[in-house]
Formats: sequence, structure tokens, C-alpha cells
Amino acid sequence: MAKMFKGAENAFKVRLSIRTALGDKAYAWDTNEEYLFKAMVAFSMRKVANREKTEISHVLLCNVTQRVSFWFVVTDPSEKHTLPAVEVQEAIRMNRNRINNAFFLNDQTLEFLKIPSTLIPPTDPPVPIWIIIFGVIFCIVIVAIILLILSGIRQRRRKDKGPSEVDDTEDKCENTITIENGIPCDPLDTKGGHVNDAFMTEDERLTPL
Amino acid sequence: MALAPGPDLLGDGSGDERPKWDNKLQYLLSCVGFAVGLGNIWRFPYLCQTYGGGAFLIPYFIALAFEGIPLFHMELAIGQRLRKGSIGVWTTISPYLGGIGLGCFTVSSLIGIYYNTVLTWVLWYLLNSFQNPLPWSACPPDRNLTGFVEECQRSSSVSYFWYRQTLNVTADINDSGSIQWQLLVCLVASWAIVYLCIIRGIETTGKAIYFTALFPYLVLTIFLIRGLTLPGATEGLTYLFTPKMQILQNPRVWLDAATQIFFSLSLGFGGHIAFSSYNPPRNNCKKDAVTIALVNSMTSLYAAIIVFSVLGFKAANDHGRCLDRNILSLINAFDFPDQSISRDDYAAVLAHLNVTQPERVAGLGLESCHLEDFLDKSASGTGLAFIVFTEAILHMPGAPGWAVLFFGMLFTLGLSSMFGNMEAVITPLLDMGVMPRWVPKEVLTGVACLSCFLASIHFTLHSGNYWLEVFDRYAASLNLVIFAFLEVVGIVYIYGMNRFCDDVAWMTGRRPSLYWRVTWKVVSPLLLLTIFVAYIALLARAPPSYRAWNPQYDQFPTQQENVYPGWVQVTCMLLSFLPVLLVPAVALAQLLVRHRRKKKAALQDMHLKPQDSGAC
Repeated sequence: MAKMFKGAENAFKVRLSIRTALGDKAYAWDTNEEYLFKAMVAFSMRKVANREKTEISHVLLCNVTQRVSFWFVVTDPSEKHTLPAVEVQEAIRMNRNRINNAFFLNDQTLEFLKIPSTLIPPTDPPVPIWIIIFGVIFCIVIVAIILLILSGIRQRRRKDKGPSEVDDTEDKCENTITIENGIPCDPLDTKGGHVNDAFMTEDERLTPL
Repeated sequence: MALAPGPDLLGDGSGDERPKWDNKLQYLLSCVGFAVGLGNIWRFPYLCQTYGGGAFLIPYFIALAFEGIPLFHMELAIGQRLRKGSIGVWTTISPYLGGIGLGCFTVSSLIGIYYNTVLTWVLWYLLNSFQNPLPWSACPPDRNLTGFVEECQRSSSVSYFWYRQTLNVTADINDSGSIQWQLLVCLVASWAIVYLCIIRGIETTGKAIYFTALFPYLVLTIFLIRGLTLPGATEGLTYLFTPKMQILQNPRVWLDAATQIFFSLSLGFGGHIAFSSYNPPRNNCKKDAVTIALVNSMTSLYAAIIVFSVLGFKAANDHGRCLDRNILSLINAFDFPDQSISRDDYAAVLAHLNVTQPERVAGLGLESCHLEDFLDKSASGTGLAFIVFTEAILHMPGAPGWAVLFFGMLFTLGLSSMFGNMEAVITPLLDMGVMPRWVPKEVLTGVACLSCFLASIHFTLHSGNYWLEVFDRYAASLNLVIFAFLEVVGIVYIYGMNRFCDDVAWMTGRRPSLYWRVTWKVVSPLLLLTIFVAYIALLARAPPSYRAWNPQYDQFPTQQENVYPGWVQVTCMLLSFLPVLLVPAVALAQLLVRHRRKKKAALQDMHLKPQDSGAC
């Protein structure tokens, strides 16, 4: 087995970082976990066309270290040749998520060196969030500006009307003559500068010589 | 020629209609808001860090005492006394000096145009902070979805978000690119907000200033509490504040301290003159000047504490991750069990391995991780806010909330400075009666904001960041120093020191003491002259260059140092000297006008004389 593949072009190195991913809940890597790994790889290969007959025994692991890292190859049913790397890579990439989940790991903690992981495309909301908030703020600002301008216009109109309105009422006071019992009476205080006959002095009644 | 000063001396008919502050607090907050700006957050801590930590405070406070406070008092006093904006004040002092006011007005307009672009960037970041995870936390994947975008991979996700997704910056100032529509939209919004707040002059800014001047202090306090509790903050604070006294021998330190205090107080804009012109005539402007200047400096110090604690946290974080990367390399290369080497064991393990298998260790290419190296990394300006701080915020729990607070604070800080700036532009226009009386004030402010907006569209181009640096370095710096110098000289020697002291005595109730007279007459003008000469010397030393973000550069992500092309250098010269040339230009124009008037009067006399002799 060793003679067949370490460094062979169809072999892949795998590296697991179980403690990093799970912390205290980390499980130990033993032969049972290796069996599960072989099963997952075989499962992935079976999904590829022409490789539906891949068995767990066709997946070979080697050089397992404490890290935990190891190399693996997949052989064909005759167990004489290894499957081309391209096929294995394709199979692993398609089922990467299932393999990760079987071990409670993710793309960063279960690394297949030489197999790039497919990154999740960013999920963009249909309308970017910043536009929504911008719309809200901008509408508030525009409404506030319009309100201020309108109140300014109203204030100015009131100021313009104000002095002329006061003049009108003064004229009206002078023109209204209160009528009581049909006799017009002029209240003393509304007319300025009119002589009040009642207070005319004797001298003024008599014409001067 | 000590005329008894009094309000009747001015004969200002519009004095009764002049708007007034609702109360003293509004005035103080407006001046504080104008003085306290983005520079307090991102320039002062950088200077402290570069120039020996606590040692920098010595030249800073000396400059404050001998240059900052006297000049500030002078500006407030002259505005309050003559009750006009900058152009009106200088035409009143002497018609030949009207150019100073006009120059201040021009510089304020230029600065207003580009300053709001910085606010646009802050607004963009603020709008993008309302999501989790933050958009600058991860690189976007490339087209095949096999890896991250190369430019992002080589630099960092925060740099990528700033240079590519926000600015979409070109590699050269010559290459203008097209308009970045997201920034244009934010520019419209920020000018709309500015217009909303200054629509009726101090009537509306006086209300807005309560929020925009006080909110930053609230956020700074929240950040202080958060910052001090972060791991690594105390190391950062002690390292960055520890004074390194030998740095004081470098003259550059003193120059930068003097320059910093000058720009920090926003002197020479005409904004403080405008604000104090709305004061009641008898107001203690001396106490105001000292108070506001001290508040400004204390705010700088407060902000420095916060910035240093966050930088300390970031350095500790980066140091930890550097160690982690090295540990991972070791584990992967030597097949040690996962997580077997902790950060504390790293040094011992590395030493052991260096002894047993030195060639293998050397072949790994491990980075050298020293905490001091990370603490020494300094940044100022937009680099601090949009790259360093945004990255630090990513590592804080509850990152979007902190980002919203941080950029909200920056926005309100910049907004209150914009108020002062726009007042410096609008008050002279109102005093000069540019628009007829029946045009309401809202229209004038609207036209001012609209013209500034149209001029600032240029900064939303892809090369806009480079142009902003040009404006910041050349339009703002030299001109303000020259105008402040001319202000001091004009008031002390042309308006008259005695007359000015009498005015101050009338306004505040006490004659200025020897300290004020000496600083006004000798110390401040000398300091300003020194700054000016030093600036020119520094500029003349090397052809002006700028740092460009060029992904094709072989040493990317280090920025490429390019020399400005010829036409840009000409623009720099124009920006630096055109406002100053207004002073002699206006003086000459006045001379010509008076000369012509005298000639006309002389001619008229000559025509009258023969008639007189023939009258009888």
C-alpha cells in the first residue's frame, strides 16, 4: 500500500482540526472514524458516472499522523490502478457539504489540500440595506426642509399682513359711529383733535373784537 | 486717538435686525462644535503617537498658550465688536484690508466643498453599518467561487472595502474614471442635511447644535468605557502615552504642535468672527476664548485616550493572530496534534525546534511577532477611521452597534464643523447684501449649498480621493496661516493695539493684561511667520508627491509613491496662492478707486472755481 501512493499524483492529503472546531466536545480520531471517512469517500465516488461500483475497500488511507492528517487514494475494482485525481476531486467537491457534516467540521477544519472548496456566494438581499436606510433618512430630511420653508413663507406673510391689518382696524374705529336711540354719539376718546363743545370756554364763544 | 467706543460709533442700521443667539449656551456650543472636529479624533492621537507620546503634550500646551488662545480671543473680540462677518470686519478696519476678509471667505468656501466629501464617506460607512456581518468583515469570493478576489486577498478586507467598494479608486490622479454613483447619492444626502441645519442661519443651527455638539461626547464616553475594558487596552495606553523626551529635540515636533493647535481651533476661517458677531456687544469674550480653547484641547486628549486603548486592543489582537498563524505553520509542518501549542508555549517550542531542526524551521517562513511592532503602526486621517478603526470594531462583540455609534459620532463632529464653515461663507454674503432685501434667507443658503454641492461632485469621481488630498494639503494649510498672520498684524498695527484694548475693556470690563498684549504684538505673529517659512521650506524640498493605490504595483499593498503631474502641480500652486493674492488685489483696486474719485473731485473743483469768480 505504501509503495503505491504516498506522493503519487492521484493521492490527496487530508488534514483535520477537530479540537479547533469542537473544543471540549472533540472526539478522538480512531480506526472507526477512518472507516467512516472511507465510507464517505466511497459514497462520493459512487455518485460519479461509471463509478457506481466503488466499495469502501477501494479507498486506501495511509500515514495517519497525530495532527490529524493522512493521505488517501481510490482504486478501481481491479485494485491495480488508482482513479484519476480529476474524478476524485470532482466527486469530493460535489459532496463536500455531506462529508463535512458527517464529521461536524467545515471547509476550514477538514481540509483537502489540492481541492479548493467552493465558496458560498454572498447572499445579497434584493435591495441593499444601505439604500433602505438612506431612503428613510433622505425622506425625513426633505420633508423637514419643506416644512421649514413653508413655515418661513407663512411667517413672512403674517409679518407683511400684520402692520397693514393694524392700520385697517384703526381706520374702522374712526369711521364707526356708535348710534344710540337714533342719536349719533361720539365717544370722547376715539376722536383726536376734535373740539368738544361742552368744554368750550366763554371767551371762545364770543367772537373777538 | 482713543475714541470712546460705543455702539453708536458703528452707525449700523441693521444692528437691530441682526439675528441673535437664543442663549449663551448655543453660542458656546457652536464655537466648540466648529473647533472640535475630525482632526481631534484622527490627527491629534497620531501626532501624540509619532512624537513620543506624553512628551508631545509639552509643545502642544505651549503652542496653545502662546498662539492658540491669543489668536482665538482676538477673532472672537473683533467679530463681537464690529458685529459683521469676515469681509465686513476687514472693510470696516480699513478698506484696503478688505482682501483679507475676501480671502478668508474664499478659503472657507474651498474647504467647505471638500470637507463635506469626507462627511459623505462617513455617511456611506454609517449606512453600511446597519447589517450583520459588516460588509468589510470578509472578502468577496471571486468569479469561479474558488477563492477570494485577488486584490482583497493581498491587502485586507477593510482596505478592499475602502479603496475598491467605496472609492473605486484609480491608480493615478490623471485617470479620472467615472462618477461613483453611491458616493454621489450620499453627497446629495449630506448636503441636504447641511442645508436643513443652516437653512435660516443661526436660528436653525442653534437648535441643531445641541445634538451635533453633545452627541460626540456621549459616544466618546461610551467608547471610553468599552475601550478600557478591552483586552490589550491598558498595554496600548501605557506604551503610547509613555513620554519619550528625547524627541523634543526634533524641531519638527514643535512645528507640528504649533500647526496642530492652529488648525484644531479652526482659526483664520472667519467662522468664529461670524459666530461672535451675533453676540450681544457686552459679552466676556476673553472668558469664552479661554473656555472654548481648553475644551477643544481636553477633547483632543480624551479622544487620544480612547483611540490609544482601541489601538492597543487591535495590536494585541493582531499580535495574537500572528502567533496563531506561526503556531499553525509549526503544527502542520511537524504534525503535532491540533491545538497542542498554546500562545504562551510558542516561544519555548520554537526555541526547542530551532535547536533540533533549524533548517526545517527556517524553511517555514515564520513571521516575527512582536507586540511593539503592532503598537508602533500608526495611522491618521481617513486611514485611521476607515481602515484601522473599522478593523478593530470587527473584533468587538456587537460590532454593528459599535460601527453605528462610531460613524454617527464622526458624522456629527464633521457636521458641527460644517456649520461654522458655512456660516463663514454665508454671514459675509448677508452683510454685503449680495442678494436684494426681499430675497429670503432660505434662498441664499440654498444657493450657497447648491453651488458648493455642484463643485464637490468632482470628488465623487474615481480619482476623487487624490484630489481631496490636494485640496487638504494646499488649499487649507498655507492660506490659513497667512491669513491668521495678516489678521494679527492688521488688528495690532493698523486697527491699533490701544484701540483694540479699549474695545476689549468696554466689552469685557477689564483691560487686556500684559500677557495678551505681548502675545498679540510679538509672540503670535512670530510663531505664525515661523510656521509659514517652515512650510515653504518643507514644500520646496521635494517635488510634491502622493500615494496611490495601485493593484498592479509589485509591492502592493504598499501604496505607490507618484509625483504629481505638471498640471496638478500648477493647480496646487493656484490653490495655495490665489486666495492670498486677493489681499494685494483688493488693496490695489481700492487705491485705484480712491485715486479716480480724488481726480474727479479735483476736476469738479476746477470747473466750479471759474463760475464762483464770475458769480458776483
